[in-house]
Amino acid sequence: MKLNFLTAHELLEPPGQGSISSGDIVSDLKGRIESVEPKVKAYARQPFFEKALNQKLEAGWLKGLPVSIKDNICSDGDLTECASRILCGFVAPYDATVVKKLREQGALIFGKTNMDEFAFGSSCENSAFHPTHNPWDLDRVPGGSSGGSAAAVAADEAIMALGSDTGGSIRQPAALCGVVGMKPTYGRVSRYGLIAFASSLDQIGPMTKDVRDNALLLKAIAGHDEKDATSVKTPVPDYLASLEKGVKGMRVGIPKEYFIEGMDPEVREAVNAAKAKLSSLGVKFIEVSLPHTEYAVAVYYIIATAEASSNLARFDGVQYGFRAAVKTDGAEPGLISMYKQTRGQGFGQEAKRRIILGTYVLSSGYYDAYYSRALMVRALIKQDFDKVFNECDLILTPTSPSAAFKIGEKTDDPLSMYLSDIYTISVNLAGLPALSLPCGFTKASLPIGMQILGRPFAEEDIYRLAFAYEQSTHWHKEKPKL
Amino acid sequence: MTNIKYEPVIGLEVHVQLKTKTKAFCGCANEFGSKENTNICPVCLGLPGSLPVLNAQVLVGAARVALALDCTIRHFIKFDRKNYFYPDLPKNFQISQFDMPLSENGHLDIKVDGISPKRIRIKRVHLEEDAGKLMHPEGSISSLVDFNRAGTPLLEIVTEPDIYSPEEAYAYLSDLKLMLQYLDISDCDMEKGSLRCDANISIRPAGETKLGTKAELKNMNSFKAVKAALEYEIKRQAQSLDAGERIVQETRLWDEKKEVTLPMRSKEEAHDYRYFPEPDLPPFTFTDADIEGMRNSLPELPQQRLRRFVENFGLGEKDAAVLIADKELADFFEACVEIYNEPKKISNWISGPVLFNMNSRNSSFGALRLTPGHLTDLICLVEDGTVSNLVGKDILAQMLAAGSAPKDIVREKNLAQVSGADELNEIIEEVIAANKKSVDDYACGKENALMFLVGQVMKRSGGKANPKVARSLLAERLKRT
Repeated sequence: MKLNFLTAHELLEPPGQGSISSGDIVSDLKGRIESVEPKVKAYARQPFFEKALNQKLEAGWLKGLPVSIKDNICSDGDLTECASRILCGFVAPYDATVVKKLREQGALIFGKTNMDEFAFGSSCENSAFHPTHNPWDLDRVPGGSSGGSAAAVAADEAIMALGSDTGGSIRQPAALCGVVGMKPTYGRVSRYGLIAFASSLDQIGPMTKDVRDNALLLKAIAGHDEKDATSVKTPVPDYLASLEKGVKGMRVGIPKEYFIEGMDPEVREAVNAAKAKLSSLGVKFIEVSLPHTEYAVAVYYIIATAEASSNLARFDGVQYGFRAAVKTDGAEPGLISMYKQTRGQGFGQEAKRRIILGTYVLSSGYYDAYYSRALMVRALIKQDFDKVFNECDLILTPTSPSAAFKIGEKTDDPLSMYLSDIYTISVNLAGLPALSLPCGFTKASLPIGMQILGRPFAEEDIYRLAFAYEQSTHWHKEKPKL
Repeated sequence: MTNIKYEPVIGLEVHVQLKTKTKAFCGCANEFGSKENTNICPVCLGLPGSLPVLNAQVLVGAARVALALDCTIRHFIKFDRKNYFYPDLPKNFQISQFDMPLSENGHLDIKVDGISPKRIRIKRVHLEEDAGKLMHPEGSISSLVDFNRAGTPLLEIVTEPDIYSPEEAYAYLSDLKLMLQYLDISDCDMEKGSLRCDANISIRPAGETKLGTKAELKNMNSFKAVKAALEYEIKRQAQSLDAGERIVQETRLWDEKKEVTLPMRSKEEAHDYRYFPEPDLPPFTFTDADIEGMRNSLPELPQQRLRRFVENFGLGEKDAAVLIADKELADFFEACVEIYNEPKKISNWISGPVLFNMNSRNSSFGALRLTPGHLTDLICLVEDGTVSNLVGKDILAQMLAAGSAPKDIVREKNLAQVSGADELNEIIEEVIAANKKSVDDYACGKENALMFLVGQVMKRSGGKANPKVARSLLAERLKRT
């Protein structure tokens, strides 16, 4: 079997004797990429085949394992363009903290994956490079915005990958591509070097072939960072050590507001079947209520776009990236023309939509009605979760209301695109950890994902439940036919 | 011209760069005068993915200033983003404080013209980061940016409209600067840009309580320029009102060469800064104990020192004011008193000859190379009669030129005062022989002639004769003729 089909933990502890060289893995990945990447287009640009092999590896427990990272995570000396024209040619002059940590533990940075421009989107169609295709059905989207990372892992073009999640950008593509994706607690993983979308919501997280790999990769990247004032000092537990502790007696809440009209019956069925399976393993289910759920999407699109409009202001053609050839009619100073033309040509449609929306909600006269109010409702949403976690240890929900949709199906309807994040958004607003893992397939053989939510810093509990479920199913072993 | 008398109402906004080791939100050196773009990193360049982390030294420094101004410090400190586009602002937003400034409601008691006391209320003191610096090379159509200054901690100190004349504005700035120097928190050098001042000014008919329409004045590069710009603006606004015109609320720039204020293009002011809480910096909290600790660790401030100099050392208010107006000078004075407990004499020497030398050399006190030991030695030499007062001043000038000890100068140049009768009588005989007419005049009862003869003795001795001794010896000798 080619090494690229194995999981990280299988590569780290190969059955029998000896160890596997990094070069062998890279070479098998290269073969796979050459054969399927033209169809999937998971990467932002060609991965570092030669560079990866020549890279001086640090000795460490990750033993040269290749990790693919989303194009919004800085790695020293590499193009980091956020799948945007405006960052065209931007070579990061430093390593993001997650990259630095991975390198220090012996991992190898293998390539940069495609995404929706600046992580704005749920389909990977908003990439300035190319759309990514779902390995399970090439006519469908892989989800987004970390669609490239999800597709690369699902298509065995990557061993494991990092994504970023602002409103579901790790979990939704993980669900749509049939892989495991974790959005850690806000502050668990350093954001230093992650090109910001919405600073109060963004988290980097692992996207992997199974739960054990996920725990392994989170262990490698989590922890306090002096360079990120929002990262926390809470010690990082050994997620791997507690995986097999079992789930007997665990109380899991099912929020009644999440099982709504408009949810695909196949998704509902799959999640219900998973519930039954978990009950048989000793999990106790209780119905819970998160009454402010209906406001989450609105609150999210105010807060996230407000922060984004400010975070993206720096892309102006002055220091780096794209600068438009300035035509000035003399009526306007050259500088203003340069700003306007650079940003007008550099940003894609969705980026402009969100910058305008965010600028609007922060404008004087509108701030109180939108931004201030959104912050208040955000606090209520968080309170909902605090209350529910008095009654249960974890919460189980679908990850996305439907399986992968067709490429182009929602591009003209941003609102319906925004609603595909309905189950994932509240988690970011509340800063909680949540993981998506495969829980079945539709009749059309599209993966379905379910989401497990926990209290702040309860990643360990989430992994325990996910691992127990995964061990009793075969979903994670299925491979797309490519 | 009509006869209406106007009274100006002025509020000042001062920006002070804090003299911390590192910048506000990154580890780069906070230094003036380095080569362009050398004190930079991904954070202060605002590179994609970088994040600010607050330097705790900055917050404490800012709080100390606020406490020295008797402000109320907030327990909950948060930062906000002020959004606007400009090429010297790498992120196109400035980390600042908007609706919840670090501190509010303080005051500074100033002395107008060094004498008349007045209280200026402080509206708010808040922290923010400085921007980079644009440079426009001559003959080039491009501009360059130096980001060394980007991220330097800045304190904004805003007064209430309590200032009623350009002189008061000048006094406020001088006293604020002095206080900041006592706190050792800023270089306060307007030329280097470590202190900047904008002024809001309106005028109203004397006796009127309603405020007039204000103009905001910018681009003043010295305290004198602030005063001059305000003086110009008062005249300009008065002329407009006299001519029946309305004052337009606008920003005006001071033109140093033409000595006028000119309106800034109005387009450049139309900003909506879209302030919102900085999500990358979690709020910071001060406990009561933190605030009390900082308050207790404040150094003695200029006005407190003035009181102490008056009360403990018996100095006059004016003399004390001269000393405290330069922290180094006041420190020096105290060091001298420690060695030689004659505060008044020391104060006279410092306010007189020492400052005279400092001003005539156009130097700072620190550059004078004067040690407390040397000055007190010199004063002792004068007091014990080793040298005359006049020679003492001369010795001081030589001390400053060479940095040497007064006793060495006296020895080397043989300057010790001559008080011995033998030596003096010799000179007196010579003087009497050479000034027959004056001797006769004195004999005829012209008392003035004696003074002339003493002067001649002084001259012949090269200034070294002890004038008192010389006078009595001379008078005795003349009685005998």
